[in-house]
Amino acid sequence: MSVVAIGLGCLAGVLSGLLGVGGGVLFVPALALVVGLGQDEAQATSLLAILPVALAGAWRQRSYGNLEIGDAALIGALATLGVVAGSLAANALDDRIQRIAFAVLTVVIAIQLLRRGIAGLRRDVGSSGATTAEREGASDGR
Amino acid sequence: MRSGRTLELAVVGTAGGLFSGLFGVGGGVILVPLLVLWLGWGERRATATSLGAIVVIAAVGSVTNGLLGHVHVDDAALVGLPAVAGVLAGTWLQQHMRAEWISILFATMLIVVAAELALR
Repeated sequence: MSVVAIGLGCLAGVLSGLLGVGGGVLFVPALALVVGLGQDEAQATSLLAILPVALAGAWRQRSYGNLEIGDAALIGALATLGVVAGSLAANALDDRIQRIAFAVLTVVIAIQLLRRGIAGLRRDVGSSGATTAEREGASDGR
Repeated sequence: MRSGRTLELAVVGTAGGLFSGLFGVGGGVILVPLLVLWLGWGERRATATSLGAIVVIAAVGSVTNGLLGHVHVDDAALVGLPAVAGVLAGTWLQQHMRAEWISILFATMLIVVAAELALR
């Protein structure tokens, strides 16, 4: 059981590093279905699990030159207030409408990201999509 | 110019938090697409900034939920500590792939999340 939880934890971390998410998408099911916590406790515990992951990821991204701490602090502070307001509003909404609205929104965003990604790969000349290693190699040459 | 940028970041943060709370999903799921699609940031910068913002969100959330007694510290360590190793690998991997793939992988994750929500 704990082997599965550890495995899902590793996977959540990789996802977090690759995509800039906390990893709750995998932490919550791991804690609820594998460890056996209730939904509220799984979500609350997931937040604590996310903390060291996001810290380590942000620290690495900073050393790769991708993070300005001031930007993240501003967004994070306002997002924290937003979460509280959003949660209160969610209580007033019908759960089913809420889920369907989110599913639709998510698919719309996914299509736009896919179009951007595929268009970028087709272009395949600009350096915007180059890896950090390539970028650093290029700047070393200057 | 500078204040315009601050305003944009403030809107991203507020909107990201609102949607996150409204739909019960993590902040990153909303923040990364907002930064990439609305502000036109590169994928690596957007995901890096999202992780930094999540540090604040998760810290405040952990403390408030901890005070309410919902947090199981041992279980958080069970999944969170392996995930720290995972995130080091993930961020490293991210620097060695074309940025476009980050958008494509993100879209794939969103579709899975949407399907899970719709079918639940």
